[in-house]
Amino acid sequence: MSSETPESDIQGDYEAEKQDSQEKNASTMKVEEAKLKAKYPGLGQKPGGSDLLMKRLTRGQKYFDSGDYNMAKAKMKNKQLPTAGPVKNLVTGDHIPTPQDLPQRKSSLVTSKLVG
Amino acid sequence: TSDGAAGPGPGADMQWCFSQVKGAIDDDVAEADIISTVEFNHTGELLATGDKGGRVVIFQQEIENKNLPQFRSEYNVYSTFQSHEPEFDYLKSLEIEEKINKIRWLPQKNAAQFLLSTNDKTIKLWKISERDKRPEGYNLKEEDGRYKDPNSITALRVPVLIPMDLMVEASPRRVFSNAHTYHINSISVNSDNETYLSADDLRINLWNLEITDRSFNIVDIKPTNMEELTEVITAAEFHPLHCNTLVYSSSKGTIRLCDMRESALCDKHSKLFEEPEDPSNRSFFSEIISSISDVKFSHNGRYMMTRDYLSVKVWDLNMENRPVETYQVHEYLRSKLCSLYENDCIFDKFECCWNGNDSVVMTGSYNNFFRMFERSQRRDVTLEASRENSKPLQVLKPRKVCAGGKRKKDEISVDSLDFNKKILHTAWHPQENIIAVATTNNLYIFQDKVN
Repeated sequence: MSSETPESDIQGDYEAEKQDSQEKNASTMKVEEAKLKAKYPGLGQKPGGSDLLMKRLTRGQKYFDSGDYNMAKAKMKNKQLPTAGPVKNLVTGDHIPTPQDLPQRKSSLVTSKLVG
Repeated sequence: TSDGAAGPGPGADMQWCFSQVKGAIDDDVAEADIISTVEFNHTGELLATGDKGGRVVIFQQEIENKNLPQFRSEYNVYSTFQSHEPEFDYLKSLEIEEKINKIRWLPQKNAAQFLLSTNDKTIKLWKISERDKRPEGYNLKEEDGRYKDPNSITALRVPVLIPMDLMVEASPRRVFSNAHTYHINSISVNSDNETYLSADDLRINLWNLEITDRSFNIVDIKPTNMEELTEVITAAEFHPLHCNTLVYSSSKGTIRLCDMRESALCDKHSKLFEEPEDPSNRSFFSEIISSISDVKFSHNGRYMMTRDYLSVKVWDLNMENRPVETYQVHEYLRSKLCSLYENDCIFDKFECCWNGNDSVVMTGSYNNFFRMFERSQRRDVTLEASRENSKPLQVLKPRKVCAGGKRKKDEISVDSLDFNKKILHTAWHPQENIIAVATTNNLYIFQDKVN
């Protein structure tokens, strides 16, 4: 007769231990989830959510808002053009973007610093 | 099984030493200098890096320095070039970054080396060739290139090739563009050496390396109604030996294996690898942290490894219902998920890699830590890539993170970890125990201690 633990027992132990750690992990994550919901009550009900996926798919999309542009134009009619604020990409109705404000589009002509 | 004779031995007693570091020392990192991919070629002689500025730098392993036998090898700059430029798609009002997402080497066929590099939209095949001779003694041209007056020539001579200083030239041989609506995350060269795949968030295309104006769509998971979108493709790779087999991973933590012999469009998978989860354990974060950021076949083609936010899993290709091994990379982060979601770190895409004989797996973490897991002996180690440990041949001291409670001396507490210092890209020499580890803007090369 073999003195080794039968394989089914080992399998059972593995399953039990895995179940335990999974439950512990779940409660840790639920605590974290509660923290997040407390900070952002409006956060979507869907876990993860396709909002995140859509954000991923539309990365890089740049929008020109003609409403913003015309509002800014109207405001600026009798005033000096203000200089860009610290957040250059945010154009929200009181600032007309100028070419100087746009992020640099030229590629790096400098050699990589890894070349030493 | 460990092949003691061929290739590197098991990593349990292995000690790692600092070998080299490339890049600027100053803390002020320009965006362009952020390293975005690291890849050894098939012999390990060449090591390529890509960065956010669209540049590729290739290092070459120099032969052993016979005077200093403890330095097995040094990697020095071989070639550097601008692979991709930023673009603006006016039709779609889409800004296209020049960042190099992936580099994959082709196996060497002749004197020149070839690699594929890709940004979000365009893949390019680059030829890197050496020139160490130049012709001299033309009949119709002066040495400086000016053309001679033919009437002044009285005798003919045969031009000769004379040696010159080695010049390494990189030239784009093929440009594969306009095949991806979404952002390319992976490229993989097929073992048939004729084709390769490129994968974006929703589709995978098959290309012939010679043909740039046509590609075949082999996987399409785009739903007819985008409102029904539930998952995206995160990585894809061809099997190293079977040219008909490929795998792709998803943001939901599943891996699908497809056989191209079954049908032209591989929307129906041959195998679906997924670890079941108790629905009552689900939380807001479950799906996000289960998203697979990298998938890599083992060199022997029997296993594949996946990396999700907190762990590395090794799967036996013959068993779909659960991984055969699971390694916790930084489990202590589970109680920090709320803040990691707020600072976007939860979306960081870590890669993983196998050593040459598939006995050890490696992946990066935060605070410039990286982790190695030795499979057969179940031993793991945490090491750090930092300038403080960069004296020549300095042995790296294992690091330990204290999850809670009393912090021992030399341990670092979770709250002291620097989440801006992330190691996303690592690579292991295919034959030797030499590893390349990329911090944000520096490339570290470590080798095992030669006794």
